[in-house]
Amino acid sequence: MADGEVVLKVEDLEKTYAGNKVLNGVSFEIDRGQIKVICGPSGSGKSTLLRCLNLLTHPDKGRVWLEGKEITHEVGDVNKARQKIGFVFQEFNLFNHLTALKNVSIALEIVKKMKKDEARDLALKELGRVNLADDAHKYPAELSGGQKQRVAIARALAMNPVIMFYDEPTSALDPHLIGEVLDVMKKLAQEKLTSLVVTHEIGFARSVADEIMFMGDGKILERGPPNQVIENSKHEVVQKFFKRINELYRRNEA
Amino acid sequence: MITIELIVVSVPIGVALAITLGVARVYGNRSVSLVATSIVGIFRGFPAIVTLFIIFFALPDVGVFFSPYWSAVLGFVLVTGAYQSEYVRGSIQSVQAGQSLAAEALGMSKPQEIVHIILPQALRAALPGISNEIIYLILYSSLASYIGVQEIFGVARTFNSLEFKPIEIFLTAGLMYAAIATVCFVGFRLLERRLRIPGLEAAR
Repeated sequence: MADGEVVLKVEDLEKTYAGNKVLNGVSFEIDRGQIKVICGPSGSGKSTLLRCLNLLTHPDKGRVWLEGKEITHEVGDVNKARQKIGFVFQEFNLFNHLTALKNVSIALEIVKKMKKDEARDLALKELGRVNLADDAHKYPAELSGGQKQRVAIARALAMNPVIMFYDEPTSALDPHLIGEVLDVMKKLAQEKLTSLVVTHEIGFARSVADEIMFMGDGKILERGPPNQVIENSKHEVVQKFFKRINELYRRNEA
Repeated sequence: MITIELIVVSVPIGVALAITLGVARVYGNRSVSLVATSIVGIFRGFPAIVTLFIIFFALPDVGVFFSPYWSAVLGFVLVTGAYQSEYVRGSIQSVQAGQSLAAEALGMSKPQEIVHIILPQALRAALPGISNEIIYLILYSSLASYIGVQEIFGVARTFNSLEFKPIEIFLTAGLMYAAIATVCFVGFRLLERRLRIPGLEAAR
């Protein structure tokens, strides 16, 4: 597997919801091992973009390729493609009726047809990777937000995806719990797990992202290395956005 | 005793029918959903006794014969299945959409998602309603006596026409139904407790 192999390619994605053009021609590529972050104001289409990419929602126009194979319209194979994409939701979406361990192992058993013992061992290993091996037998309602999100990450990792999608993974968390989730994500980024992250966490983007893509009005307005987009953007909208965020951060640190 | 046989046979089949109808109405395509809705509409609309009479007295006119016992079972399965399917349908719809999204994101097919993720949560929520319906079934199983099944009420009436002791006879009959219903009531409470997932009710 050559370095620089394109894992995800997106071309001219468009999506309209109730008369609103949420995605207005989005195109980009992600190579193996790259971490790309998408930033932008609410309503700019960020979540819709992620959900179009693993076909939880269907784009109106445009094409998507995963590891060189087009996945946009393949109804039969859409589940196979989804197995290769790890998706972490803002609202965690853990299976409420299952323990943390079962949450991670269930897809291994039913989708990948693993034997119960194998699945259980792999699940425990992944939970260990996110520092939750001791809480394997707890139910989601017994876990804090940060723990839930880490279980969600373990659940996605267990399927051995070729790329991870994170949809504002820390936006629903209390501030003191954000750190533990970002630490796990940073660790995975350092292990070069190809990732596409939608987030407002600029600090995270600055430290691990290879590229930031700024979305506005359904398009990518600017893309480039973090420092370029955050500090040296030529777009007024982008400048305003990061100036505002920096103000908020500075206020918190003061 | 026949009443217990009737219940023990009708309940599982009725619940299975309810789940099938509920799933069909939520996930089925237009025609499947229409058929399911019609079945539910008919058997919730017709009085149970009328349904029993149609099965036992009217169907023979078109060449379909069921014994009193099996007419009763068929009738009860259809009626309780129709009523229970409403609880099932409602509880499926109350399972958060995110559960579905997460299942699909992992690559589960729709059937896998329904069986492993949606129904376990939906059925836990529907249990109080379903158990209520089953208790009602125990009581309206007395209607089976009108198509000749020798269950508690039917036997009581026969006895009374011979012995003329209505107070003792019908009170005893009532108490027998009450005893069965109470056992079920307690049983369902224990089942609910055993199936309880920490925090799942609070989420509702």
